[in-house]
Amino acid sequence: MKLSFKWLSEYVDLSGITPEELAERITKAGIEVEHITDLSRGIKNVVVGLVKTCEPHPDSDHLHLCQVDLGDEVVQIVCGAPNVAAGQKVAVAKVGAVLPGDFKIKKAKLRGQVSEGMICSLQELGVDGHLVPKEYADGIYVLDEEAVVGQDALPYMNLDDVILELDILPNSAHCMNMIGAAYEVAAILDRVIKLPAPSVKEIEQKASDKIAVQIDAKDGVPFYGARVIENVTIAPSPRWLQNRLIAVGIRPINNIVDITNYVLMEYGQPLHAFDYDRFGSDQVLVRRARDGEKITTLDDQERTLSAEDLVITNGERPMAIAGVMGGAESEVTNETKTVLLEAALFDGRSIRRTSSRLGLRTDASSRFEKGIDPNRVMEAADRAAQLMCELASGTVLQGIVQSGEAQVPPRAISMPWAKINAVLGTSLSKDTILSVFRRLRFQATIDGDALTVSVPSRRPDVAIPEDLVEEVGRMIGYDHIPATLPEGATEGKLTDYQKKHRMVERYMTGSGLYQAVTYSLTSEDKVGAVSLIEGEGFRPIKLSMPMSEERAVLRQSLLPELLDVVKYHLNRHMKDVALFEMGKVFLTKEEKLSQQPVETERLAGVLTGYFRPDDWHHDGLKVDFFAVKGLLEGLMALLGLSDRISFVPSTRKGLHPGRTADILLDDAVIGFLGQIHPVLQKTLELNDTYAFEVDLRTLLQSEVPALRYRSLPRFPAVTRDIALVVDQDVSAGELTEVIQKSGAPLLKEVRLFDVYTGERLESGKKSLAFSLTYLDPERTLTDEEVTKVHNQVLNELETQLGAVLRS
Amino acid sequence: MKDQLEALKSEALASVQEASDLKTLQDLRVKYLGKKGPITEVLRGMGKLSPEERPVIGQLANDIRNAIQAAIEDKQRKLEEEAIQKRLASETIDVTLPGRVMPKANIHPLTAIVEEIEDLFIGMGFSVEEGPEVETDYYNFEALNLPKDHPARDMQDSFYITEDLLLRTQTSPVQARSMEKHRGQGPVKIICPGKVYRRDNDDATHSHQFMQIEGLYVDKNVRLSDLKGVLTVFAKKMFGEDRDIRFRPSFFPFTEPSVEMDISCFRCKGDGCSLCKHTGWIEILGSGMVHPNVLEMSGFDPKVYTGFAFGMGPERIAMLKYGIDDIRHYYTNDRRFLSQFKQV
Repeated sequence: MKLSFKWLSEYVDLSGITPEELAERITKAGIEVEHITDLSRGIKNVVVGLVKTCEPHPDSDHLHLCQVDLGDEVVQIVCGAPNVAAGQKVAVAKVGAVLPGDFKIKKAKLRGQVSEGMICSLQELGVDGHLVPKEYADGIYVLDEEAVVGQDALPYMNLDDVILELDILPNSAHCMNMIGAAYEVAAILDRVIKLPAPSVKEIEQKASDKIAVQIDAKDGVPFYGARVIENVTIAPSPRWLQNRLIAVGIRPINNIVDITNYVLMEYGQPLHAFDYDRFGSDQVLVRRARDGEKITTLDDQERTLSAEDLVITNGERPMAIAGVMGGAESEVTNETKTVLLEAALFDGRSIRRTSSRLGLRTDASSRFEKGIDPNRVMEAADRAAQLMCELASGTVLQGIVQSGEAQVPPRAISMPWAKINAVLGTSLSKDTILSVFRRLRFQATIDGDALTVSVPSRRPDVAIPEDLVEEVGRMIGYDHIPATLPEGATEGKLTDYQKKHRMVERYMTGSGLYQAVTYSLTSEDKVGAVSLIEGEGFRPIKLSMPMSEERAVLRQSLLPELLDVVKYHLNRHMKDVALFEMGKVFLTKEEKLSQQPVETERLAGVLTGYFRPDDWHHDGLKVDFFAVKGLLEGLMALLGLSDRISFVPSTRKGLHPGRTADILLDDAVIGFLGQIHPVLQKTLELNDTYAFEVDLRTLLQSEVPALRYRSLPRFPAVTRDIALVVDQDVSAGELTEVIQKSGAPLLKEVRLFDVYTGERLESGKKSLAFSLTYLDPERTLTDEEVTKVHNQVLNELETQLGAVLRS
Repeated sequence: MKDQLEALKSEALASVQEASDLKTLQDLRVKYLGKKGPITEVLRGMGKLSPEERPVIGQLANDIRNAIQAAIEDKQRKLEEEAIQKRLASETIDVTLPGRVMPKANIHPLTAIVEEIEDLFIGMGFSVEEGPEVETDYYNFEALNLPKDHPARDMQDSFYITEDLLLRTQTSPVQARSMEKHRGQGPVKIICPGKVYRRDNDDATHSHQFMQIEGLYVDKNVRLSDLKGVLTVFAKKMFGEDRDIRFRPSFFPFTEPSVEMDISCFRCKGDGCSLCKHTGWIEILGSGMVHPNVLEMSGFDPKVYTGFAFGMGPERIAMLKYGIDDIRHYYTNDRRFLSQFKQV
């Protein structure tokens, strides 16, 4: 909402306050002033000039030589505007003036003729070209006859005004018009308000002789009123009216249209003027549109309507889309003689649906949507009729032909007055509270404990006691509310889950993986590329109206987007990437969601290139399966789950079949790690890349016994190394398991320290070397005791897995 | 015999003096002081001496022996010292060569901001609650006093999945859910961080996915002055004790009265610059007293309970705090961006 400082000062005394101060006060009272625009834009030295003579330039087919009286001097100005003529009063930028865009006016010679200044168009003075009246759109602007030669020209064009642009939120719709803004400003400044009091001169003939009004959609149209104004003369509006419209961002068209727009801005009441003779009947019928019904609106677009839209018809065809835009068929033209003026109340929700479905938001629709003052409808109609009489020499027929009810009584709100202090944390007196409502011009009384406030209909946003609390708070100023700390003490702490979550983050970053945050929305073809839940019958969850194919489906895995991040780095010649992410995935087996999907949290990572780079005397550590496995083993140790975790070979979509393991917690698969399948790597243009994904929720929610200290061994341990030869298909895991089981309880630790395959072994065989540590916490083990257990281990290895000691 | 011993002494001492390594020295020790050495020999031949000479020669032999011993030990120390010096010299490194890289990364700047905010509020007795990102229309809108067709729904265009399910546009549904869990019994004192989604085209200042942190405190006798107090403590700790803080009325459908909190501009300290759009103030968070409809729908009696709520955007806060110029950086995950946040 553009608020004109000059226009506003007609209703409220703004003396002694600058536009900047006013903006600050309004903002602090809750309606943010987003911009302050000084329409003069710093222009000086632009004065009223009288074009005394205007001759064609001797050496040009389009330039004119003008002698212009500037009051204290007469200068020659070369002017190229087609509409310049002798006798006009114009805005002249004198030599030395600076116009917007740092355009300096200098004495010049144009085709041999001296030019001392410039006759200005509105655009040259900084007015948006879209707002300039058509007749001046391509030429200079002509001032009113009353303009005094030699005076500053800016006030004649209202360019000495300042515009405050208000950010209108749903609760400040009452400031979307000058009168509403005037109430607000008068309350903020605690000053007197003067409002227009329309008085219409009506002739005896009744409007109802010419038009009838019927509403067939009462639920959407509480009130419809029509006035008839005859014998209007269509002409440009007077300059003051044009200036005000331009200042608030509306282009002047002609007096009738301008008057409806002016009253819209003044009262906030959308009005529509039909050409009575082109309306096509003597009956206004307001109804719901028929599905597929068509209308061509004022902007010459054909619109297809639906049964939820409200339309104004002549009994047959729609003449306007109610509250949104008029139709071209009954538009006011230069030939219009009789105006049918509509002043109505339409249901905001219905208007909102229609305007959003048609993609057609207008000054009218946005006001209906936010709610208008029903008590002002008739007054606005009178105001417009009065202006049509005064400015378009129309004759106003008697009465407003109406249907429905526009008047609503003020809303009474009662509450204990102490509640205001209780909610704000203040100790305001009764008088202070009452004075706020007096400033707002709300009737208010305090009787005992009870405060009763009668809220006028112009403030539909004030409906409940809390709204009254807000009015008091914002009028006294939030600066005057103390800052206190709550009285009750509560304990604040992270849950175990949240603590572990942070531990995992720190572990991952401490291990060299950067934390990434990717989008939850991905594409349908990527969603299942690599995923923990592959093959379990989960279906992608699609948005009903995605903005793009790239972001159309909710992720089921963090990996597809993380792989894109890897690719991003490769494309920029960063070959070493180590990233992890913790975030939700969205799982459902339903084809069409009937309830919220399962949201579970995952931890995923991608690694490629060097985990640790080459340095000047050591080779770097390249990422491989075991680097990632070690990372995850460390994680499991951190979470106290090492003993319950196992890694088993696995095949998964998108992963290398020989280099993938599922991660089991007890017996349940909770994650995987592996190399991205070479075919997928090629498609995605990746180097060798390793990835993992685990179900974080399961990991972090697993119950872990409380940590307990174990006393240090007091007796020495005995270590024996063995090198075993086994068939290629016997895994290290199997060997370790047999060793652990058969060596218990004296065997405390098994460490694999070498793996060998090669020519020194029979083909199909490999050798693995283990270091076994035996310990009895109660005493020193004898050699015989160790040998006995050790031999038992070797026996079991041979019987169960065919493992023999390497000779 | 005396002369013989004296000659032996000079010879031995000269040899020790000349010895240039420990091995030679060891050989000399054996040669002169060993069981088959000349001194032992001399002592062995003592029997042939007269009783008067015996103690004299014996004493002399012992003195010589000790002198040689001392010379050898002295020499040994010197040689060992030289050897160490030599070794240390050969082991000297160029300490200006770069250190070996230990892999060390850091958390995402958004995580850092969120955790910092969490910790500040935990210190004031709040706990952290989370909720689903796919929400029902009811929790995302209706329970927050945003019925269908409410004009405020215009403020946020949403990603719907079905007519009733959508990606949450705010973390406020977590508040409604948490209040329901408390079954009308206060206090509820929580902050809710999380991802939210809105239909915006991604550009330097908009993102279809971003983060929010909201807070809620519902109890008997919670006042707007408490909101001011708590948020002032937060803002001073988060943005610096020297920041000015301003509260002004605003509008949110779920709060009444509603409050916007501004802090004095980081860059110009309030004088006005492009960052603060020449106002000297930067909007940091929206807040207000919980709307009675919201309390009531979540099972709290608005006659008994009041509360305040607030919400802010970690992206924006990090952008302001660190001068980040493009919101897309958070989601591009460029290592050169991420690695700048080691200290956080």
